[in-house]
Parts: sequence; C-alpha cells; structure tokens
Amino acid sequence: MAMTIHVDIVSAESEIFSGTAEMVFAPAVMGEVGVLPGHAPLLTQLKPGEVRVKNGDSEESFYVSGGMLEVQPHVITVLSDTALRAKDIDEAAALEAKQKAEDALQDKTSEFEYAKAQSELAEAVAQLQAIKKLKGRAR
Amino acid sequence: MAVGKEIRTKINSIKNTQKITRAMEMVAASKMRKAQDRMGASRPYAQKMRNVVDHLAHAHPEYKHPYMEERDVSRVGYIVISSDRGLCGGLNSNLFKRTVVSMKEWHDQGKEIDLCTIGSKSGAFFARLGGNMVAQTANLGDRPEITDLIGSVKVMLDAFNEGKIDRLYVVYNEFVNTMTQAPTVEQLLPVEKKEDKELAHHWDYFYEPEAKEVLDALLVRFIESQVYQGVVENLACEQAARMVAMKSASDNAGDLIGDLQLIYNKARQAAITQEISEIVSGASAV
Repeated sequence: MAMTIHVDIVSAESEIFSGTAEMVFAPAVMGEVGVLPGHAPLLTQLKPGEVRVKNGDSEESFYVSGGMLEVQPHVITVLSDTALRAKDIDEAAALEAKQKAEDALQDKTSEFEYAKAQSELAEAVAQLQAIKKLKGRAR
Repeated sequence: MAVGKEIRTKINSIKNTQKITRAMEMVAASKMRKAQDRMGASRPYAQKMRNVVDHLAHAHPEYKHPYMEERDVSRVGYIVISSDRGLCGGLNSNLFKRTVVSMKEWHDQGKEIDLCTIGSKSGAFFARLGGNMVAQTANLGDRPEITDLIGSVKVMLDAFNEGKIDRLYVVYNEFVNTMTQAPTVEQLLPVEKKEDKELAHHWDYFYEPEAKEVLDALLVRFIESQVYQGVVENLACEQAARMVAMKSASDNAGDLIGDLQLIYNKARQAAITQEISEIVSGASAV
C-alpha cells in the first residue's frame, strides 16, 4: 500500500474535499507542483486552475480560481478562493464601497454624536423592555 | 346585524396581521436553518486559516508582517455588521449599543474612529448619527458571498497599510442559540497571537514565490474570511431573532383577538337582550 497523506480542500463558503491521497497536483504561481507524502512544509499561492487529488488509479479534480496551498508534514490544505482575484477588480470594489459611504454621508458631520446615539439606543431598549413587561402582565 | 361592526373590522384586520407575522415566522425558521448550515460550511476555512496564521506567528519567518505587529494607536477602525432588514426584535439595537460603548472607550482616550458598515441598518444608523464612515456595503441578501465584502474590507486594510488606522475591530452578533445572540467586538488587526504549546516548535515553511507576497495574500484572505464568518453568523442571528419576534407578535395578536372577540360577544348579547326587553315591554303596553 502506497503512502498517503490527508488532504483538505476548503473555500470560504464551503468545504469541498476532505480525504486521503497519494499525490496532489496544484497550479502554484511558479508552475504546477506535485506533492507527495513527506514533502517539506510549503506555503505557496495558487493561480486559477485544476487541483488533482490522486488516489490509486482514481483521480479527482477540482477547479480553483486561485488561493493558497499549505503543506505540513501530516496534512495538505488547499485554501481555495471563490472569486477571481485581481488587483484592479479588488480596487474597483473598494472604490464602490467608498463611494457608497460618501453618498450616505452627504451633508452629515463626521463627528459621531455619542450622546444622541446612546440616548436613542437607550430609548429603543427601554421600548423593548416595556413591551416585554406589558406582555408579562397580560398573561 | 349592525352591532359591533367596528369590532368585527378590527378583529379581521388583526387576523390579517397575524397571518403575516405567522408566515414571516415560518419563513425565518426555514431561512435560519439554511443560514446555520452556511455558518457551519464556512467554519473549516476560517479555522484552517487561523491555524496557518497562528503557525506563522510562531514560526519566526524572516519577514515580519505589519499585520502582526502591535503599534501605538492613534486611530481605530470598526467594521460593523448588521442586518439589512428590521422586524428582528432588539438585535440591531443591542449590537449598536455594544459598538457605541466600545467606540466611546476609544473616544474618551482621544482616539479617532473610522467606520465601515456592512448591512443597511448599520449604514443608516451611522449615517444618521454621524461618524466617519469610509466604506459601506448593503443588501447582501440571504446568500452573502465573499465577493460582496472584498471592497469594504480592502478599504479598511488599505487604511491600515497606510497607517491611517492602527487597529481594526469587527462587530457582529454571535450565534449562541436560537434564543440568544451575543453582540461581539473582535479584534482583527493586528492579528492576535494565540499561545499554543503545540505550535511552539520552530520550523518554517518554504515560501513560494516569497514570504512577503505569500503572507500578504494569506493575511488578506484571513481577514476577509473572518469578516465573512461574521456576516454569515449575523445572518443566522437575524433569522433567529426575527423568528422569535414574529412568534411573540403572532401570540400577541392571538391574545388581542381573544379579548376583542369577548367584547364583541358581550356587545352582541347586550343588544339582543335589549331588543327582547323592548319587544316584551311593547307587547305588555298594548
């Protein structure tokens, strides 16, 4: 029986694969790597491509749109991205988020009004408690 | 019969409201289950990330990343995660209360605060009350995706990189169980070190291409996954809170209907009695 190593493939939104393998191929940024059990600890970025998990004669493959590959003595972890990442895409998303904040803040002071906030929140909480009490009494 | 027309209308309108609240309760219950599943599904990633980052903190790599170094605080960043919709009891109010308390601590020390809001309720709250809001995301829906968060998180990370903020917190509701949601303030940056005996041995990874690039990419994803985890957890809380709120609304509507029905029956009976006595007295007068 060939040596095997535990492999986890996870993305931020779900767990994709978990099991053992004899060999794992992954599209690292510097070129495809094949990892066998007993590989030295490695941390590398992945580019979009195919991760293949070889187990005996069968081979499963998963598409990743980038991510990270982590190799530890006893476990291989693929942290897969769920979205295509590129600097300018991220930048555009950041700008959009900023723009939304600016739109929301038009003609507002940037100094947070603590007193007002606290009094309003106290009021909201008091209302809820009053409702609870009223309910309790009605029973 | 003309008696109690107003009461009957009222009863009907409450019944309609009750139908709505009951439907919302059931919708929230089913959405809550899905949200809980999603919460569970995203946990392994966050956990794995955490392990790698913890390991890095201990492995003493040749390159010390700024995200992992404490520095003097002059400005603080907050990412506040709220729901998009209301009708979920005191969920958002409690969260904002917790946020304001934490913000006030920094404010009293003379530190300034930058805000990033996720969810339209927190956006509206801080827009109304002021506060230096630098990024906003809203309307994530029932299936939040990490893509929706990248922009806002990047704004805060850039601010940290440029030294505009020296500490970053995320505020969200932690899902304890269906009845309990705990508003939580968690420190994102600098990454807190966990003391763990198991990780205390000194070995380091090979980095490919280089430690700096790999760590950059990894830590950004780590922060994003933490925020995402907060979002899905908050979503589960929202549905749970709504379910409970709508259940009590339905119960209250039931009580009200009972009371009104009683009043209506009494009024009807009184009217009948009166009519009979009128007929009887009329007949005896003849």
